[in-house]
Amino acid sequence: MSEPALSFLDRPNSYIGRSVPRPNARRLVQGRGAYVDDLRLPRMAHVAFLRSPRAHARIVRIDTAAAKAAPGVVAVVTGEDLAGICKPWVAVLSHFKGLRSPPQHPLAIGWLRWAGEPFCAVVAASRAEAEDAVALIDAELEPLPVAVDMEAALAPGATVIHPELGDNLAFERTLDVGDVDAAFRTAAAVVEQTFHVGRHTGVTLEPRALVAEWNPGEEKLTIHHSFQAPHMMQDIVCKHLGLPEASVRVVCGDVGGSFGIKVHIYPDEMATVALAKLLARPVKFVADRLESFVSDIHARDHRVKGRMAVDAAGAILGIEIDDLTGIGPYSVYPRTSAVEANQVVNLVGGPYRHANYRARARVVFQNKTPMCQYRAVGHPIAVMVTEGLVDLAAAAIGMDPAELRRRNVIADDAHPSTAASGIRFEKLSHQRSLEKLLAMMDYDALRREQAALRARGIHRGIGLAAFIEITNPSAAFYGVGGARISSQDGCTLRLNPQGGVVAAIGVTEQGQGTEAVIAQVVATAVGVPLSDVRVVTGDTDATPYGGGTWACRAAGIGGEAAWQSGKALRRNILEAAAVMLQTNAASLDVRDGSIVDADSGAERMKLSEFGRVAYFRPDTLPAGLAPELVVTRHYVPKDYPFAFTNGVQASYVEVDTDTGFVTLIKHWCVEDCGTVINPQLVDEQIRGGIVQGIGAALFEECRYDGQGQMLNGNMADYLVPMAAEMPDIDVAHVVTPTASSEIGAKGAGEAGTAGAPAAVINAINDALRPLGARVDSQPAGPQAILRALGKV
Amino acid sequence: MKAPDFAYARPTVLSEVFDLLDGDGDVRLLAGGQSLVPSLNMRLSAPSLLVDINRLPGLSGIEARDGVVRIGALTRHGEIARSALIAERLPLLAMAAPHIAHAAIRNRGTFGGSIALADPAAEWPACCLALGATMVVASRAGERRVAAGDFFTGLFATALRRGEVLVAIEIASPPAGSVAHFSELARRRGDYAIVGLAAQVARAEDGAMDPRLAFFGVGDRPVLAEATRRVIAGGGGIADAQATLGRDLAPTGDAECAGATKLHLARVLLGRAMAALRTRGDA
Ligand SMILES: Cc1cc2nc3c(=O)[nH]c(=O)nc-3n(C[C@H](O)[C@H](O)[C@H](O)COP(=O)(O)OP(=O)(O)OC[C@H]3O[C@@H](n4cnc5c(N)ncnc54)[C@H](O)[C@@H]3O)c2cc1C
Repeated sequence: MSEPALSFLDRPNSYIGRSVPRPNARRLVQGRGAYVDDLRLPRMAHVAFLRSPRAHARIVRIDTAAAKAAPGVVAVVTGEDLAGICKPWVAVLSHFKGLRSPPQHPLAIGWLRWAGEPFCAVVAASRAEAEDAVALIDAELEPLPVAVDMEAALAPGATVIHPELGDNLAFERTLDVGDVDAAFRTAAAVVEQTFHVGRHTGVTLEPRALVAEWNPGEEKLTIHHSFQAPHMMQDIVCKHLGLPEASVRVVCGDVGGSFGIKVHIYPDEMATVALAKLLARPVKFVADRLESFVSDIHARDHRVKGRMAVDAAGAILGIEIDDLTGIGPYSVYPRTSAVEANQVVNLVGGPYRHANYRARARVVFQNKTPMCQYRAVGHPIAVMVTEGLVDLAAAAIGMDPAELRRRNVIADDAHPSTAASGIRFEKLSHQRSLEKLLAMMDYDALRREQAALRARGIHRGIGLAAFIEITNPSAAFYGVGGARISSQDGCTLRLNPQGGVVAAIGVTEQGQGTEAVIAQVVATAVGVPLSDVRVVTGDTDATPYGGGTWACRAAGIGGEAAWQSGKALRRNILEAAAVMLQTNAASLDVRDGSIVDADSGAERMKLSEFGRVAYFRPDTLPAGLAPELVVTRHYVPKDYPFAFTNGVQASYVEVDTDTGFVTLIKHWCVEDCGTVINPQLVDEQIRGGIVQGIGAALFEECRYDGQGQMLNGNMADYLVPMAAEMPDIDVAHVVTPTASSEIGAKGAGEAGTAGAPAAVINAINDALRPLGARVDSQPAGPQAILRALGKV
Repeated sequence: MKAPDFAYARPTVLSEVFDLLDGDGDVRLLAGGQSLVPSLNMRLSAPSLLVDINRLPGLSGIEARDGVVRIGALTRHGEIARSALIAERLPLLAMAAPHIAHAAIRNRGTFGGSIALADPAAEWPACCLALGATMVVASRAGERRVAAGDFFTGLFATALRRGEVLVAIEIASPPAGSVAHFSELARRRGDYAIVGLAAQVARAEDGAMDPRLAFFGVGDRPVLAEATRRVIAGGGGIADAQATLGRDLAPTGDAECAGATKLHLARVLLGRAMAALRTRGDA
C-alpha cells in the first residue's frame, strides 16, 4: 500500500517539534523514581572496598583476619579470590593501531597503580559494617616511585608503570595532510600557543551504583545498574564471567545522570557482580562521593601546542598541533582511553576550510585515576585550540575575530565536504549559524559597549567559538575496532486492546529526556495521543538489542528506529482495519487514537474498538486475516560514519582585574542538530552542556599533588558550576536535517559542552588583551588571572 | 560513606549535658549538625557519644537587654538573617548571613555551632571579633564570659574547655555613627570565602575612622588588623592602609590560593571597603 503523503511534521497529530512535558517528569519530581539504591532485595548484602592509599605501590601482604571477624561481615576477598570468577580485561581496539594496555582485574593483584584503586572488598550486612571492617584490613604496601606529570612520564628515566610495556606511551597518532611547512613559510602571520585543559570529572547526582543477584536455581545473574548501555554490560559480564547470554539480565531503571561516566567498565562494579556470583546472594554497591572522585573516570587532562598560519586577508593556511594527554594507569574498557586524543586530532580546525594540517597525539600512562570518555569527548579541547588560535590570528593581522571566522568557515553550499583531518560532513550550516549568532547578540553594539566601558576601566570581553559535533555514530566509532558495542538500535511497538502503544527500545534514559522523545515520535508515527504511549527502556530481557545512550545517538538513532517501527505498526493496523471496514488501506489513516478517513478526517473506528475485535473477537475477522500488532524496526546510519552537527557560541564576561574574578554576563548558542523533536529538551540540553563547559573553563579540576594524591576529591573543594554564577543563556537553532534518516534528527547533548569553554576563555582573553595578559590553562581561576596580570 | 557507630542522647536540662560531657570517651555536642554530621559521614571524626542540645530550653533566640544583644547559641543562621532586631542593632550580622552556605543549611546551622567550630574561613567568628562580642560559656561550675579576642585560639580551636557549653553570645550595640561593612570573595555563592572582611567602623563627626577590621580565610583563625586600624585612625590613606595590612596578616596558602594571593585579595577588599565607607552618607 502507499504511504499517506504526509511528512511527520504535518501529520495532523504530530508531536514532533513540540515542547511536550516528559512522561517521567512528574513521577521523578514527586520522589517516586526507583534508583538502584532504592532497591532492597531479600538477603541483600553491601560491599565496601579497600582502595589504594598510594598512587603506586606493591602489595606485600594482606591480612584480612580481623576484618573477617568483624560484626555483620559476610566475606572479605582480595584480587586473587575473584580472579577465578572474573577474567581480566584488556582495553585496546584494533582501529587504534599500537594502543597498549595491560590486563586489569576487578580487584588489583600484586600492584596498585592509582590512589583509589580497589584491591580488597568486604561484603557485610550493611554498608556501615562493611566500612568498619574495611578499616580492619591490614595491608602492607611497599611504596613505589610515581609517574604523575604527563610530560615527565615520557622522559627518560621515568618510572615505568607497567614494566612489561617498556615505557609509559600507550598510544600515538600522527597525521600530515597537504604541505604544512609551505603554508607556514608563506604565511602573513603565524600564531602559536600552548593550551592546558585540566582534568575534571562528571559529577552525577546519583553516583555509580549496582545491585547484582545470582540465582543458582535459574542460573541467572540479574544486575540492576545505574548505567547507560545495558546490552554492552550484559555482553561483557557474559564474556568475563563465562556465562551464556540467557543467564545475564541487566536492568537500568531510573538513572540520575550519566554524562558519559556510566558507560565504562569499572573494576569495583565487576567485583560486585563477581561477589554476587561467589556468594549466591544479592550484593549492592553504591559509590559514595569520596570514592566517586577517585574511581569514576576522569576526562580531559590535555596539553596541546598549537600553531596556525594565516595570510594577510585572514585565510587560514595551515594548522599544526601536538597533543599530550595522561590517562591514568590503564586504558578504560571497552571503549579505550585513546578516543579523546584521537578526536582532538580529528576535530581541530573542523569548522574551517584550511587544507594543510599536521597533528600528533600522544597518550601516556600515569599514576592517576583512569581517564576516559565524558560528555563531548575531545571536542572542548579541539575547539579551545582552534578558536584560541583563530582569535590570536585575528589579533595578529588586526582583523575582527568575527570577520576572520566569517572568511574561513566552510560555506553552507560547499557540502558534502571533507575536512583536512579526513572527517566527512554531509551538510553543515556554519555561515547561517554565525550570522544568526551575531545578530542575536547584536555583536556590533556589544563591541561599542565594550569600548565605552573600557574607557571607564571596566574590562569586558567577547569570546566566540565555532564548533562541530560528532553525533549518531555508526559502527565506525567502536564496532570496526572489535568492540562489541552496538551502533544499531531497535524499537518494538505493541498495540494494546484499548488502543495504547507500548514502545520498547534499546536507547536509554538518564535524565536527558530520551523517553519523551521516543514517545513523541511513536505517538506521531502511529497516530495516537502521547498519553497512550508507554516507553520501556533499559532492560536486556525486554527491549530490542541496542547500544544505549551515548555520543548523542538516542534521538537520532533511537528516534529513527521508533519512527520506522511506528509507521510499520500503522500500516499493519490500517491493512486490517481496511478489511474490517471494507475499504482500502490507502484511504484510511490513524489519527489521535482513531482510524479515520484519510481525506475528510472523519472517524471510522476507534483504535479501542479495533483492538477489542483484534484481540477478543478475532473469530469475527475473515479467515486469513491475522493482524500483526507487534512490530520491530532497527536503524543504523550507514552512509556517513557520523552525523556531524555544527554551531557557534559566544560569551560576554567582565573581568575584575583586581581580584581576578570573572562575571559571566551572558552566553549565546546557535546550534544545528537537524530536526528538533522537542525544542525545550534540546534547549535545556544545550544549556546544561554549556554549564558543564563553563565548569571546565572556570571551576572544575581534579587537582593532584606530586605523589599522585587527589587534593580536592569532595564536593566542598571540587567546584561544580552552580546556578548563581551562571549567565543567562540564549539558544537558537538552524535546522539542517540529515538525509541519512527520515526524521533527520542529529544529536544535541554535547554541543553546549563542546563550545562553551573556548567561548569563555576567549572572552576572558579579549578582556585582558589591552592589558597584555592572557590565560591558556583551564580552569582559569582568579589566581591564574591575577598571575597573568602580574598582580601576584 | 556511613558514620561509624556512636551513642546518642538528647537531654532536656543543662545539668544532664554536663553529666554526659563528664563521661568517658569522645563526647561531642550536636547542634545544627551541618559541620559535625558531614565529618562523621566522611569518617573524619568518630565520637563515642553525641549529645544533641536541640531540646534544651533557653538556648535559642535573640533579645536585647541593657544595650546588649544576646543571641542564644542554638539560634539558626536563618533566624539571624531574618531578624529585625539584628538588622537594626547589628547590621554587620545581617550583611554577613546571606554569605553563609545555602538556605537549607542556614535553616539548621546554628550561631553557636559555627563559633564553637571556629572554622578560620567562617563568617560568624570574624563578625564576633569585629563587634567585640562576648561568649557566654556554661559548665557545672557556673557561667564564665570570654571576649571574642580570646576565644579563637587556633585552627578549629577555641577557649572552650572540656565540660563546657557555649550558651549565648552577647554583643554590645555599636555606638551611634558606627557603620558596618562586610565583603567576601568566594568562588561560588555560599562557599566558604577565599578571603573576607567583617568591619565595624566608628566614625567621628570630622569623618575620622576607627575601624575594627576582622579578616577571615587568612590564617588559622580570624584576624583583627590592629596595625592597619591605627594607620587609618591616624588619618592614613588607602595605600598606607593596604601597605600596613602586610604587618597584620600572614596568610597561609591552600591548594587553590597561595598566601601571597590571599594577602593581595585582602588588600583589595580593604581598599574597596575604605572607598565605600568614605562615600557612604549614612554616618
Ligand atoms: C555545604 C555547606 C556549606 C557551608 N558553608 C558555610 C559558609 O560559607 N560559612 C560558614 O560559616 N559555615 C558554612 N557551613 C557550616 C555551617 O555554617 C554550620 O552550620 C556551622 O559551621 C556549624 O553549626 P552547626 O550548628 O551546624 O554545628 P554542628 O555541626 O552541630 O557542630 C559543629 C561543632 O561545634 C560543636 N558545638 C556545636 N554547638 C556547640 C555549643 N553550643 N557549645 C559547644 N560546642 C558546640 C559541636 O560539638 C561540633 O564540634 C557550611 C556547611 C555546609 C554543609
